[in-house]
Amino acid sequence: MESATVLEPTPIAASDTAPLISVEGLRVEFSTGRGVVKAVDGVDWSVQPGETMALVGESGCGKSVSALAVMRLLAKPAGRVAGGRILFEGRDLLTLSEEEMRERRGRDISMIFQEPMTSLNPILTIGLQIMEPLKIHLGMSEEQARARATELLGLVGIPDAERRLGQYPHQFSGGMRQRVMIAIGLACNPKLIIADEPTTALDVTIQAQILELMKELSRRLGITLVIITHNLGIVARYADRVAVMYAGRVVEEGPADRVFGAPRHPYTIGLMRSVPRLDRPRDAKLATIEGLPPNLLAPPSGCRFAARCPFRIDQCAIDPPYHDAGDGQRSACHRAEELAQGLAEATASPPAVTATSAATEILVDVRGLTKHFEVRGRGLMGAKGVVRAVQDVSFQIERGRTLGLVGESGCGKTTIGRTILRLEEATGGEVRFAGEDLVTASRSRMKELRTKIQVIFQDPYSSLNPRMTIGDIIAEPLVFRRGVARKEARERVAELLVQSGLYADFAERYPHQLSGGQRQRVGIARALAMDPSFIVCDEPVSALDVSIQGQIINLLDELQERLGLTYLFIAHDLAVVRHISHRIVVMYLGRVMEMADRDELYRAPLHPYTQALLDAAPVPDPALERARTPRALTGELPSPLSPPPGCVFHTRCPLATEECRRVVPEVREVRPGHFAACIKI
Amino acid sequence: MLRYIAKRIFLMVPTLLGVAVLTFFMLRVVPGDIVEIKLRGDGGTVTQEVIERERERLGLNKPVVVQFGDWMKGLVTLDFGTSMWTGRAVIDEIGVRIGLTLQVAVMAAVISVLIALPLGTISALFRDTWIDYGVRIVTIAGLAVPSFWLGMLMIMGLLTFFAWSPPVTYTPFTEDPIANMSQLIWPALAVGYRYSAVVARMVRSSIIEVMKEDYIRTARAKGVYERLVVGRHAMRNALLPAITVVGLEFAFLIGGLVVTEQVFNLNGIGRLFVEAVGRNDFIIVQTLVLLIAVMFTVVNLVIDLLYGVLDPRIRYA
Repeated sequence: MESATVLEPTPIAASDTAPLISVEGLRVEFSTGRGVVKAVDGVDWSVQPGETMALVGESGCGKSVSALAVMRLLAKPAGRVAGGRILFEGRDLLTLSEEEMRERRGRDISMIFQEPMTSLNPILTIGLQIMEPLKIHLGMSEEQARARATELLGLVGIPDAERRLGQYPHQFSGGMRQRVMIAIGLACNPKLIIADEPTTALDVTIQAQILELMKELSRRLGITLVIITHNLGIVARYADRVAVMYAGRVVEEGPADRVFGAPRHPYTIGLMRSVPRLDRPRDAKLATIEGLPPNLLAPPSGCRFAARCPFRIDQCAIDPPYHDAGDGQRSACHRAEELAQGLAEATASPPAVTATSAATEILVDVRGLTKHFEVRGRGLMGAKGVVRAVQDVSFQIERGRTLGLVGESGCGKTTIGRTILRLEEATGGEVRFAGEDLVTASRSRMKELRTKIQVIFQDPYSSLNPRMTIGDIIAEPLVFRRGVARKEARERVAELLVQSGLYADFAERYPHQLSGGQRQRVGIARALAMDPSFIVCDEPVSALDVSIQGQIINLLDELQERLGLTYLFIAHDLAVVRHISHRIVVMYLGRVMEMADRDELYRAPLHPYTQALLDAAPVPDPALERARTPRALTGELPSPLSPPPGCVFHTRCPLATEECRRVVPEVREVRPGHFAACIKI
Repeated sequence: MLRYIAKRIFLMVPTLLGVAVLTFFMLRVVPGDIVEIKLRGDGGTVTQEVIERERERLGLNKPVVVQFGDWMKGLVTLDFGTSMWTGRAVIDEIGVRIGLTLQVAVMAAVISVLIALPLGTISALFRDTWIDYGVRIVTIAGLAVPSFWLGMLMIMGLLTFFAWSPPVTYTPFTEDPIANMSQLIWPALAVGYRYSAVVARMVRSSIIEVMKEDYIRTARAKGVYERLVVGRHAMRNALLPAITVVGLEFAFLIGGLVVTEQVFNLNGIGRLFVEAVGRNDFIIVQTLVLLIAVMFTVVNLVIDLLYGVLDPRIRYA
């Protein structure tokens, strides 16, 4: 364990020291209209001083809830701790009075939350918000607190600290706000920091910056860290210990190297397989964990994972006890030993790579596409500003193929999708669909063409009308655009549902009765209703859990093969697009940075931005992660309202020179079929 | 900031012009004629000739468009005309009454905020407990009970239990503050109760919303005292929607106190309004509608400026 050796010159085995915090048999319940949800059901985990522990699992597994229980910040009155102990430095936090607990919050235990955009009070200055705990816990005067706040901002890498203390949260970017949250967490030199998905809401390159900062600070200041995440790559890079949670329980716990090296629970194995990896050759199909987590209103008896487990045996009907594997690793599986030795092999092996037919015909041809938004300046008649959301973008998509469009927020990827769909009017350029220009197509012609071009949206929670049944949602275009009779439409809906991996009787249900993955399948079924030839997939899996992401991507893959669909697949993550794309376009601040066939791009990325993106994504392998030196991009994403002159990337580029500030690099063919916009290559 | 205010005031002109056109022509369509009512109202017999002469004197024989033009010309030169009934200048008719009406409205607004803020906050913090139910009963009663009826109860109560009734004649505040207040506090209370009920319900729901925000959780996670969590972090954010309600209710009170003024025997704008409508005194009605429209637009501007003060994300330039 690296952190342990850094902190203590003479390494002591972890089990010899008393844990800083240990959660024992914790049970948390939520009363809902439909009954009591046992969100956390007998969970144990502990962290040694100076360690970094990761709580891993899918949404709803109880990882955040158990952390909130530690802080005693469960949503009242619905949530309550039903049993167990939370020992912090030997005292049970659950027995403290509210006032004693308040004294520890922010003083001994800090918490950093997932959403930096909403976690800071919008109407109070950053300074006040950082100084608040200093005054309350340490009794600092205004001047002392201000001096410490300035120091803290410097510590978390916010320049010009003096001035920024007087600013409000909306004047900070997402990454900067998360730095402010970290500064608040560090303010009183706490012993423990709990970070609940601290980087999930941030862009890839910013995510790496924040994680590096947290790791560095916790090591330097000797702070114990509990990171809650669903991202196994983060775990591998930053955690000493891992606890994997499933359906309100810890299914496996142990040192990160052991858990990654020799997982002893089928769920851990499944999670690790379903992460799309950049460091491995690409399989035709992403490994997934089929099915859904159990409903915690009425959890199944026996092993809770049994229903989805490829290694299931009869014994799984009995609740598995923890099997101690030594070295502090334990797992709750009857077949833990077999799994560790690789004896238990799942029956289903990944299907063979399917050869994609040679495509030739170009279905979508985007040339010089440009989209500017006018934003009104201050006041009613203020000067107008122009956001160059998309600037001179060209690419082609062959029929039956997938083009992956990748970039961080503000790069214009979603705008391109919307412009192709004519949800936005292009400022310039053309979009040829089967030879016909969509930009200049008449309204009525566009109406006809729209049946051929469909879209799948990012957020399966808000893009389905909550008052309509699934059947009505899917049948709507059929009935109103095609004039299909209701009865006929019903049959088609059933067919579409089955095709999308759902059951025909889902037609009677409402969106809120479905999980995120199921809703996204509904979104796909709706898109397929009109027999389109081209589908714009706008971040269709970003809102989903890892194990579900794979299911959706595989479904899209299958459908493409079966129906000969063409996709424009928009994502912010290079790992996700790799599995589905034939060709990939990397964008930054409205411009194309690099464009190449998939294998070429991942094997030999040319543009420094692509290289940085590939670098920023952590890989779920502790050995690999610790070996490589992370090259996190420095700096912030510039505002699209005032992009840097010359090459838009020069402010963050490690290769940038004076020339890059002046010259806008052209997209040129560096190798056959491999384009890049950089003058340095 | 000043430029922004100037711009907003400039933009009021088309709004007010629209109000003026609408009220002017709608009043002309309404059946009834002030001259007939004035001269024949008590069953008196007057010759057609006299009526014609009177119409001519009031300018009612001119084409409607010309009448409108005359009115507009007057407005621009701040000459609001004379009442067709009493013959006194409109500005005087309104002037003697506006002070009283404004004072009652301001007092009612102050009373309502003083009651609504603590009541709404407590109700939100003790949501779904007997405290909350108690507050909700009080506020629903406030919405349900007509102000004038509450006013009558107050007068009767004062008479029965204290053998005292508020003064009947109006004394301006500057002359005798005590006499003035002892008369106007009662209508202000009667109106303020209803007013506070509206605001308290708004404060309650917006505090409930704000308390669910992530930044409230952050504040608690920092170990901030609960009273600061509410007072510093929640209340200021919750005030924004409440301010809108306070302002719009206030604008409504100018001219909306008809019956309450009657009950307390106050000679205010509301009463003038009703009398003018009954007499078809077009010129007074027009001017009052315009006055109320001005109140609404000005109050809206003030609300927007207050938003800018309370919420740093909103900046006007």
